[in-house]
Amino acid sequence: MRRASRTAPAALLLPALLGLLFLDLPLVGLLVRAPWRELPAQLAGDQVWEALRLSLVCATSATAVSLVLGVPLAWLLARTRFPGQRLVRALVTLPLVLPPVVGGVALLLVLGRNGIVGRWLDSAFGLTLPFTTAGVVVAEAFVAMPFLVISVEGALRAADPRYEEAAATLGASRLTAFRRVTLPLVAPGVAAGAVLAWARALGEFGATITFAGNFPGRTQTMPLAVYLAMENDPAAAIALSLVLLLVSIAVLAGLRGRWTGTP
Amino acid sequence: MTTTLTRSRARTRTAAALAALALAAGLAACSSSSSTGASAAGSPSTGASQPALSGTVTVFAAASLQGTFTELGKKFEAAHPGTSVKFNFGGSSALAQSIVGGAPADVFAAASPATMKTVTDAKGTASDPAVFVRNTLEIAVPKGNPKHISSLKDLAASGVKVALCAAQVPCGAAAQTALKAAGVSVTPVTQEQDVKGALTKVELGEVDASIVYQTDVKADAGKIDGVDFPEAAKAVNDYPIADLAKAPNSAAAKAFVAYVESPEGMAVLTAAGFKAPAAAAAGSPSPAASGSPSPAASPSA
Repeated sequence: MRRASRTAPAALLLPALLGLLFLDLPLVGLLVRAPWRELPAQLAGDQVWEALRLSLVCATSATAVSLVLGVPLAWLLARTRFPGQRLVRALVTLPLVLPPVVGGVALLLVLGRNGIVGRWLDSAFGLTLPFTTAGVVVAEAFVAMPFLVISVEGALRAADPRYEEAAATLGASRLTAFRRVTLPLVAPGVAAGAVLAWARALGEFGATITFAGNFPGRTQTMPLAVYLAMENDPAAAIALSLVLLLVSIAVLAGLRGRWTGTP
Repeated sequence: MTTTLTRSRARTRTAAALAALALAAGLAACSSSSSTGASAAGSPSTGASQPALSGTVTVFAAASLQGTFTELGKKFEAAHPGTSVKFNFGGSSALAQSIVGGAPADVFAAASPATMKTVTDAKGTASDPAVFVRNTLEIAVPKGNPKHISSLKDLAASGVKVALCAAQVPCGAAAQTALKAAGVSVTPVTQEQDVKGALTKVELGEVDASIVYQTDVKADAGKIDGVDFPEAAKAVNDYPIADLAKAPNSAAAKAFVAYVESPEGMAVLTAAGFKAPAAAAAGSPSPAASGSPSPAASPSA
């Protein structure tokens, strides 16, 4: 690292610095324009903490759902062969490319009260997902899970399958081998995927507002609160954004070691 | 040493120039749609009395004006060949914020004086806003009214899912006024950012009722039913319109406002269920003087 700036060619350094500026200047702007004096009053309201709590709870639940469903899905894609596998992989990654609002519309049409599956859920269990906190989790998991699947599948492909084969020759069933050998082996990949999914879920906006609607304390997460505050009270929007920025920085700082250690 | 330095510097300069070019091109591509006003080659105006208008008129309008303004836009384009009207429909408060924030718009039509005030307070309008129509609220229910809703009180019943506009947007503010007048407190399942969002939830059957404008119910007559309620008279919305101070195409902006306020424009609006403003003759400034110089309207290239 000694005197790296001297050896970095200017043709790379200049755009790199521009890139850095581009990424961080807006955040500096947020700090500059922050209504520091009004900030305590802005943040004293229950709505802020309600939205933050909801955001954290929903993002964490969505990550949990993604782990439970996504890790096995990644294993299926990485460790088995079946016809149409490429198509399946493309389908798994589709929500990653799809605009989240489209995802929200699709979820509403399928899981809504009059949706194909939602109608049955309603009549059989009296369960309706739109406009509920569970709906927020569903929307966030829909958008975030592909990040986890991709990450874990990559880790599985990089992991040596011979360990599993060795476990099998020693009499372990495939499930035991997965639990005792594969999973510990790809744990960093799973962790990285979970962090990505969590971050994506925390920032989720489009699918949430389309599918789960907007109601303070129930479905209004931080991004929704910021967006709505921006419509008539920009100062409140900035205050909310600062809180979200702080949470993001805290998460990044907390994961620093693990983050850099993963492939 | 020196040669390498100069060469690397020259290379840097090229790279920087390239980067700047790419940036400029990107920005130009992004903003080109709004600044075509001056450059677009206007075809010779056929209307003899009209000044030759050309280019794009960008109109930010309340979501509830979507149907009527789309129609007015087409008629305006037909009356002024060479012009093209682009719309941005949405919640009035969001539109007002984006205009104050510098969005390139020529005309703003809001669903409430309060949201228009956001723009006038920031000295964003070229002339005083004039109320051009009024709109009344109505309860929208899915076809057949499955929950048998007949009054505002029914919205408070348990088991009735209601979508309301957020209080920040005009339809939400008006709904709150009406509910207060009726002495009813309703907890909605969602607070939508504009009236069309609330309406869609009814249309999909995801909620049992919503408080929207009469004009929305009328426009969606085939898909939803409307229920009138007496308290609506206490929460009538005035819709103001104004051309904007930073309008990229200010001549066409004034012409569009004048067209909306013209008998022809009003015919379209009243056919859709909008009502003429209460004191139209008394208060509104003459919109006809599109040729007179306006002090604030200097398009910033």
